[in-house]
Amino acid sequence: MSSSTAVSAAPSAAKWKKTLGDGLYTANPITRQILGICSTLAVTNRVDKALVMGAALIFVTGLSNLFLSLLRRLIPNRIRMIAEMAVVSTFVIVIDQFLRGFYWDISRQLGPYVALIITNCIVMGRGEAFALQNPPLLSLLDGAANAAGYAMMLAIVGIFRELLGSGSILGITLLSSAWYVKNQLLVLAPGAFFALGLLIWIFNVINPPVPRETEK
Amino acid sequence: MNITPVWAIFIGSIFTNNILFASFLGMCSFLVCSNKIDTALGLGSAVVFVMFCTTILNYVLYYYLLVPLKLEFLGFLIFIAVIAAFVQFVEMFVERFSPDLYYALGIFLPLITVNCAILGAALFMVIRKYNFVQSTFYGLGAGLGWALAIVLMAGLREKMGYSNVPTPLRGTGVVMMVAGVIAMAFMGFAGMLNIQ
Repeated sequence: MSSSTAVSAAPSAAKWKKTLGDGLYTANPITRQILGICSTLAVTNRVDKALVMGAALIFVTGLSNLFLSLLRRLIPNRIRMIAEMAVVSTFVIVIDQFLRGFYWDISRQLGPYVALIITNCIVMGRGEAFALQNPPLLSLLDGAANAAGYAMMLAIVGIFRELLGSGSILGITLLSSAWYVKNQLLVLAPGAFFALGLLIWIFNVINPPVPRETEK
Repeated sequence: MNITPVWAIFIGSIFTNNILFASFLGMCSFLVCSNKIDTALGLGSAVVFVMFCTTILNYVLYYYLLVPLKLEFLGFLIFIAVIAAFVQFVEMFVERFSPDLYYALGIFLPLITVNCAILGAALFMVIRKYNFVQSTFYGLGAGLGWALAIVLMAGLREKMGYSNVPTPLRGTGVVMMVAGVIAMAFMGFAGMLNIQ
C-alpha cells in the first residue's frame, strides 16, 4: 500500500496533537462522521453501561489499530478486509471473555453489543483510513482518541437519558420521585433516537460542518 | 430452550422487536441508503435473503461444530466469516446466472458484510437459545423487519425533501428524530406480544 509516507521520520508534535483533537472533537466519530450509531443508541439508557461500552471500544480500537499498523507491510492489499476483521474480532473476543469472567452482570446487560464491536464502523474505519498508512504509535493514539470521542458522546447521551428517564445517575437517585415525574420514554427505544438527534443538532450548531463538495 | 411459539417470534421480530427500531442494528446503512425508495427496496431485499440464509448456516455451524468441540468463544469469528464468505459467494453466483438481478442487487451485496443487523441476528439466536425452526423464522422476520424499516424511512425522506428543515438538523439529525417517531409507532404493538 502507500508505505512511502510511513518511511519518513517520526511524526511531529503538531501531528500528534492534531490526531488527538480530530478524534475527540473536530472529527468526532458520532456527531461528525456518524459512525458506530448502533451501540450508541442501544447502550445509553444507563450511564454504567455507556461507560463500560466506551472503555471496551477504547481497548479494541486502540490495540487493533496498533497491530494493524505493525502488520501493514505484511498484509496483502486484496485480503486486507478479512485480515482487519480477524485482528478486530480477536480483541473483541478478549474483551468479551474478560467482561464475562469479571463483570458478569454488566456483560449480561450489554448482551450482544460487545460482540457487535466487530462490525462497529469506527474500528474498521480507523483501521482502513489511518492504521494502514501510519506508524504504530500514532495509530494507537488515533484509535484511542477516536474511541475516546465515542466514549465521551456515549457518556453525555447516557447521563441525559438516565437522569431524565430514571431520575438517577449510576444508580444514585438525584431527581426524587416525590417531585419529578420520570420520563419513561427516554429509557425506551424512541428516546434514544430523540436524544442522539438532539445531540447531533446541538453539535452542528456549536461547530458547523465544513460543506463538502461530494454532498448532495 | 426457548418456548416462545414460532408465529410469535416471526411477527414479533418484524414489529415489536424490530431489529432496527428496538435493537438499533444496521443503523449505518439505514442512514446512508434511505434516500430513495428504489435503493431502499434493493438493499432491503438483499438483507432479507442474506439474513435468512446466514442465520440457518450459523445455527448449523454453531450447534453442530462449535458446541461439541467446546469452542463457543470462537462464535463471533465463525459468524463473521460465514457472513463474509456467503455474501461473496452469492455475489459471484448472481453475477454468473442472473445479470438482471445482479444489476438490481449486486451493488448492495458488499455493503451487507458490514451490516451489523446480520451479525446481530446470529448473536440474538444464540443468546435467546432458539431451536432450529425458531432461528429460521427469526432470521426471516428480522430481515423483513429491517427491510420494512428502511423502505418506510426512504418514503418519508423523499417527502421530506420538500419541507423546510433547520440547517443544522439536516441530514442525520432529522432522520434520527423521524426514526424516533416511527419507533414509537412500532412500540405500540408491544402490549400484544413481546419476544425474548
